[in-house]
Formats: sequence, C-alpha cells, structure tokens
Amino acid sequence: MCLSIPSKVVKIDKENNMATVDTMGVKRDASLDLMAEDDVKVGDYVLLHIGFIMNKIDEEDAMLSLETYKEIIEAMDEEERQRTILEDDNCVNRGV
Amino acid sequence: MQLELKNLYNDFRDAKTIKAYAKIIQEDAKKLNKEIHIMEVCGGHTHTIMKYGVLQLLPQNIKFVHGPGCPVCIMPKERIDHAYVLAMQSDVILVTLGDMIKVPGSNGSLQDARSKGADVRFVYSPMDCLKIASENPDKKIIFFAIGFETTTPMTAALLNAVINKNIPNIFFHINHVTVPEAMAALIADDASNIDAFLGPAHVSVISGSKIYEEFPRDYKKTVVVSGFEPVDVMQSISMIVKQFIENRCELEVEYKRAVSYEGNSKAQELINKYFEKAQNFRWRGLGDIPRSGLRLRDEYDALNAEVLYKDILPTQKIDDHKLCICGDILRGKATPPQCTIFGTACKPTTPIGSCMVSSEGACAAYYKYGNLI
Ligand code: SF4
Repeated sequence: MCLSIPSKVVKIDKENNMATVDTMGVKRDASLDLMAEDDVKVGDYVLLHIGFIMNKIDEEDAMLSLETYKEIIEAMDEEERQRTILEDDNCVNRGV
Repeated sequence: MQLELKNLYNDFRDAKTIKAYAKIIQEDAKKLNKEIHIMEVCGGHTHTIMKYGVLQLLPQNIKFVHGPGCPVCIMPKERIDHAYVLAMQSDVILVTLGDMIKVPGSNGSLQDARSKGADVRFVYSPMDCLKIASENPDKKIIFFAIGFETTTPMTAALLNAVINKNIPNIFFHINHVTVPEAMAALIADDASNIDAFLGPAHVSVISGSKIYEEFPRDYKKTVVVSGFEPVDVMQSISMIVKQFIENRCELEVEYKRAVSYEGNSKAQELINKYFEKAQNFRWRGLGDIPRSGLRLRDEYDALNAEVLYKDILPTQKIDDHKLCICGDILRGKATPPQCTIFGTACKPTTPIGSCMVSSEGACAAYYKYGNLI
C-alpha cells in the first residue's frame, strides 16, 4: 500500500491540475493536488502514490547516494584486488 | 552523469552494493558490545527485508523486529464490521483501497459481503470515487479511508474535491492512523525490546522527518528514515550500527532524495483542514493507543458516514482469534513461524489474522519468502 513508484513527468495539464508521468515505460495520469503551484515541471522525477504525485525526488541527493555506492564498491574491489595479489604471492602451487 | 529513471530503479537494488553494505555492517557489528534490535515500523520495509533476504545478510547481533506499519494489518475487526454493515445497505457502494477487501471481520470480509450481493469496489486512487459517484447518482458512495500519513492527504484531496464540486453522494468513513503515537506506545511496552527504528519512507515524505525528533531526545531511541529499496535499507542499517559504535543516538535520514525535515507542507495543510486527532484508535493486535487516529472535524459531519449511520453501526469491541499472535508479532515479541497455525490454518488464501492478509503484513511476507529463511 505504501510503495510509491519513482516516475518522470512528461506532461502537465494545468487546467485540471494533472500530470502525465512515465513509470518505466508505462504512462499514467496523476493528480497535482498535493503539490504547490508550479512546483512540478516536465522532466522532474516524482514519487507517485495512489494516483497522486506526493513529492519530487531530489536529483542531486539521488546522484550523491549513487556516487557513494560507486565509491564503496570501488573501495571493496580494490581491497579484493590487493587480497588476490597477496594470496597469489602466497600460493604454494607457484610455478606448477 | 545524468540521472535517469532506470538509475532510480536499478541502482538502488544493485546486488553488488547490497553485498558491499553487508560487508561493512558485518565488520562494524564486531565492535558492538550488545545485540541491537531494530524495528522496521513500516510494512513496505518488511516486504523489502523479506524479499531481498536482508536478514540472512546480517550478523547474529543485529536483529529485526517487524513493526505495525501495514494499514490493513492494524484494522480492528469492529472497523471492518462497520464497512461490512455499510456495504450491505442496498443504496450504498462501498469503496476502499488495496487488500482491505480480504480482511476478515466478525461477519466475514468485504469480499464475503460482495458475494452476498453488496456493491464493494476496490480502487487504485481515492479520486476514482468521483467517477463512481457520477455514474451512480442514485447511490451513496462511501469511501472507507485507510492508511497512515502517506494516504491521509489523498483522502483530504478527495474531500476537497467533493466540497468544491458540490458532489452530493460521496461520504467518508475515516480510519487513518498516525505513526509516532504507535511508536511511542511500542516503546512504552517494556517487553518490546527496541533499540532503534527504521523510519518509514513515505509517511516521512508527507510528514517530514521532524515527527521523529522526540524519539532520540525523549526515549533514547535511534531513528534512521529509510527508503524502500534494498540498498536504502542496507545503508540505513549501516547508519544505525555506526551510531551505536560511535555512541550516538540521533535522528538521521538516509532517504534524503525524497524526505525533508518539513515534509510536504501542502499535504499537511490539507490534512489539518479536514482532520483532527481522535481521542483513541484501537489497533488490531496492539489495542487502544490514545490520539493515534484521525477523525473528520465536526464541521464535516454531513459527510461523515460514522455520524450518518450511527444507529446501525456496531459498537462492541471484538477480540482477535484466540490462536492468532499478530499482537505479539507487531510488538516484536514473536515471529510468524511461532504461531501454531502459521501456514496451516492461516495462509494468504484463508487468512485468520490480519498480518496474513496484506502483502506488507509480516505473516504474509514470511509465508511468501519463507523459503529464504
Ligand atoms: S499466521 Fe495468521 S493467525 Fe498466526 S499470527 Fe499470523 S496472521 Fe495471526
């Protein structure tokens, strides 16, 4: 019930205060009644819940998270690479 | 890099990132000097935790307690009986959301009412009531409103539309509940054993993280507001563990891309316009929690089905099934497999307790993803 889906705004119908959003290829209409006037623009990422847009997704914060994840994985990969090299150094079967 | 929609889907579910966080948590948890018990308040998190096997990725000393945050699971039988009685009126179309239709009351579920000829409809959005009302001008449409802070503003928006457009045949039966009061009640229960909360995602989108300030301050409980994706949950667990090893007890937000301190103020205004705190709401499994529910303000009595149908709505309280331990599960004192009828008499197709009904309920999640345990 509470799962809201990230979607991208593709059209705004000012007269009816509705937006058309794209949810991974599926287009649907959503009410803008919970959003301040002119807050939502075409191209914005939003969360959609039971027929309403309930907020905008902050792109900068989303990117920041994704960058953090990339760094964490890179750090882990590096650690693993070093460990593999060290393990290789200790390999008893060397030269076999 | 430019953010694309698929990033918001795939990258927050990325298996490699989940594993990386599992490793960080495993390492950090070695420094903990006690077990920590984290309650995920919200059923959406329960679902993610079970679906992605999060429990199996965690070290022994981090335990999860499944909370009460599934609006369907906490609906007491007497409220369902209200819905049932309303639905059975020949001039009423009862409209509700989600899995509500399957929850058993004392006379049966809304589905049973439907098989007896009642007109019960399940809609995607509260706004669908407008269409049903105009297509059925001789019927009374009663919207059986359920949900936490996340869905309350949508009910308020429908109220707004009904009033502004002068729609004569839509009425409301309000069952909205609020999260902080339930969290405080759970803490007050000594046996509940909670050290930290995974704060709900979309409740917080609406209400802002400000609603949890009292928990670190007054109750010394850590709160990290988390998104629903598995990477969000792992990162949030990691943030909680870090607080414990660094001896901090704070309110933090992991789900920054969607949650601000203030929340959605337009939505909050709408809620306040139409609703006020009810004296009490009786939660299925948890019992009475003062001020944990909302009611329509008196000036909207003319739209309030509870007022209009006062004479036919049952008032007695009804206890849960004797064998059902949903109450203990919602308090974190038991897990679903400990229920003697879990998976046998009680299954998603024949639910006895409400935790088995909704896919967000702890019992249903264990049943569905139980092979991972
Ligand atoms: S398995 Fe069914 S009866 Fe048992 S606690 Fe869960 S919902 Fe209640």
